[in-house]
This record gives sequence, C-alpha cells and structure tokens, in this order.
Amino acid sequence: MTASTVAPATIPFDHKQTAHCESGVMSALLRERGTVLSEAMVFGVGSGLTFAYLPFVKLGGLPLISYRMPPKSIMRGVSKRLGIKMQYDTFKSVDAGMRALDEQLAAGRVVGLQTSVFWLPYFPPDMRFHFNAHNLVVYGKRDDNYLISDPVFEHTVECDAESLAKARFVRGALAPKGLLYYPTSIPGKVDLAPAIRKAIKFTTGMMLHTPVPIIGVRGIRLVARKIEKLEPANAKYNKLLLGHIVRMQEEIGTGGAGFRFLYAAFLQEAAQVTGDATLADCARDLTAAGDQWRTFALTCARMCKDRESLDYRKLADMLRQCAVMETDVYSKLRRAES
Amino acid sequence: MKQDEVPQFETKAMNGEGKALYALDAAGNYTVVRSAGWEAEDIVLEQAIAECERLAADAYARAKRGECGALEYHMYKNRMDVVVLAQSTGYFQWRVKRHLKAGAFAKLSASVRQRYSDALGISANQLDTLPPHS
Repeated sequence: MTASTVAPATIPFDHKQTAHCESGVMSALLRERGTVLSEAMVFGVGSGLTFAYLPFVKLGGLPLISYRMPPKSIMRGVSKRLGIKMQYDTFKSVDAGMRALDEQLAAGRVVGLQTSVFWLPYFPPDMRFHFNAHNLVVYGKRDDNYLISDPVFEHTVECDAESLAKARFVRGALAPKGLLYYPTSIPGKVDLAPAIRKAIKFTTGMMLHTPVPIIGVRGIRLVARKIEKLEPANAKYNKLLLGHIVRMQEEIGTGGAGFRFLYAAFLQEAAQVTGDATLADCARDLTAAGDQWRTFALTCARMCKDRESLDYRKLADMLRQCAVMETDVYSKLRRAES
Repeated sequence: MKQDEVPQFETKAMNGEGKALYALDAAGNYTVVRSAGWEAEDIVLEQAIAECERLAADAYARAKRGECGALEYHMYKNRMDVVVLAQSTGYFQWRVKRHLKAGAFAKLSASVRQRYSDALGISANQLDTLPPHS
C-alpha cells in the first residue's frame, strides 16, 4: 500500500490544550480510548518532575538546565505503573514513516508523534527553536494536510505532509527517527492509588537523595552557588545564562514555575483519590515554592533588562529559598508515603 | 499562583496564541488558566532571539568581507550553531568548522552540499550565497 492509495480519514477527536506536550499527548491518547486521566495525573504518575543541571550538555554554549525528566519518561512511567501497553515504532526511511502514519489513520487510529519544533510551520516564528522532542497527536488527513491536535496550542492545527516529514525525521540530539506511538492495551479499571504512591516515592527520592550533586535539590543549590560566583566583568554572558535559566523554567510547556504548579495540581488530585490530606498540604506548600520560582524568574528577567541592578548574591539566595521549600515538601511527602 | 494573578501580557512572540498555566481558583483548587504571556518570559525570549540575530549579522558582515563562508550566516540565521549543525548533518564539529571557511563550501561534493541543504532547509546554491540583507 502506498501513501496515495490510503483513503483520507478524519477521526473524531476532542482537543484539549494542556501545559506540557508529553503529558498532554498521553492524556489525550488515553482519553480517546475511553480512559480519562487528567494531564496532572499523567505527569505525576509518570514522575515527570525533576531538577537537573547538566553542564556537559550545551545549548547554544549554555549548560542544559531541566525541570522535567528526559523525553519519553512520562509515557514510560505511566504505562509501567498503570499496566498500559504501548506500541513505539521508529522508521529507517521517511517514506516508510509517512506510510505507516497514513495506514494508522486509515485504520481509524489516533496516534502520537515525536517531532522537532523548528520545522512545524504552525509554530509562531519566535517560538521555533531546534528542540527535537516535541509531542503531538495526529487525528486525520485532509488532502495533503495532516490534522493535528498539538497539546500546547489552544486549537487544532494543520500541517502539510512535507513539513511534518521533515519535523519527524530531523537528525541530531534527541532525533525522533519518525517515532509514532499509541496504547495497544489499557486495563478496564486503572488502579491509581498504588501508582500514585510509587510515583511519589520515585520523584521525592530522586529530588532528595540522588547521589550526584547536579540532580534534585542539590542541583538547585549548585546552580545557586554558580550564580553567586559569576564574574561581574562578564555581564553579557551572565545575563545570557540567567535568561537561559528562566527560559528553561517558563517557556511554553511548563504550566508555570518549571512544572512545579503542574506537580502541585497532581498532588491535589492525588489527595482526593487516596483520601490522604497530607498530599493536599504538600500541594499547597509546593505551590508556595512555585511562587518563589516565579519571583526568581521575574527578578532575573528584570536584571537582564537592567530594570534592576545585577545582584548575583540576591538571585542565589532566592534559589536557595526554592531549594529549602522544595526539600520540606519532598520530606513531608516521603513521610506520608512511607 | 492564584487564578487572578495569571499574567496577561500580550506579546508578539506568542502571535495571539494563549498558553495553559496551572493556577488556583477561589476555592483553592487547581485549574487550567489561559495566559496571554508574561513580562519575564517575553524579556528572556527577546534576549535569546536578539543573540541569534546578533550572531547572524556578525557572520553576514564577515562573509561579506570574505572572512568566512555564507554557510556560517545561514547556520545562525536558522538558529543553529556548530554543535547543532554538526548533529543535524551527522558530521564531526571539526569538519563542519572547516566547511564554514571562506570558499570551502563551493569545493564540497554534491552529496555533502545536499546534506547541509537538508539540515538547513535551503537549496545548496542558496547556501553558498548571501541574501541582499542580513
């Protein structure tokens, strides 16, 4: 079967905008198959939250700072903890990858794709950077255009076949290799409470006890020390670094405060599912930590723009405050789940 | 962050597109709220784009003077650097750096030129020339 012989298909699909692409796509794929899990629940059960300072990975000459786990880990975590089976297909050739997509649509199957952001024409030009681990849902094809539910957009969008092929088969770091995925089996009744408990143990353990100083709350403290020690003479580089940190924290797809609000929303929902009021308290405390992150971001931005004088010490202290607040939340969560 | 504190700062970068933020409603429950944009975000995005543009303009001037090839300009213009261009073509960084030198690109084989053309989404001929303006 070649691409042109597959009948165009549009599968009824209920688009919902979410904060983050991976949790959004996973939530959408499950919803389409009759299992309703909120984005926050997917993010939390998939243990999406982290803090990682990776100076050996450079983005435009600046160290990688990540507030969430590596791509695909949310999907893997959710499917493992809830007993969902997923099919992941990658392709050696562009033709095979596009043909497989058309066949899935013709079979009435809504699928997720990993793509680059840069080559998707519907992204506003200023948002198009070389990031290859974006996720979206394809639910149909009209003429030469694919009908896409991109979870970070308010409305559904369309993308021509050539651009989509380019976005799926871009080379480089985190290259998608045409990755196409969908759930193949979902248990009739998902048992959330034990999954929530395991996921919280994993995330809090990682944030508090990872034996390397670049991950978790120790990573936050390390970045605070790095900021404090910045050479005042290198103001230009320093401003780029601060701007970069804020971008990683607040750019499209974090839900605010580097995923902290999203995780707090998960804790709040988890409190209802499990009936454990401590989780609701922790949600409130993590929200306060998220607010502190937002204050830090705004102060960094204002200093970058010279609306406030550059004060590295002040920024470092603000970050340390984030670390203190997060340490308290995770410790309390661990006591509650032990 | 409370629902009524969600920033609504219209930015040109967002192109009228709103994004989803998580915030607390009056009852203290999390809900998804549309945000038009945020001042802090706008500042740092503008800063990142200005840096890309500065690098492209600088490469443009150097290419005009014959100090580097037009490829370097196109690399920055497409928001790449040597690391990303090397990853996107599959070549080692030292090789990419050599290809960025003045006059180097024209001497490359058609298949190597095609690799750059695919990575940057620009035809091989255009890659070796500068547009009238940076």
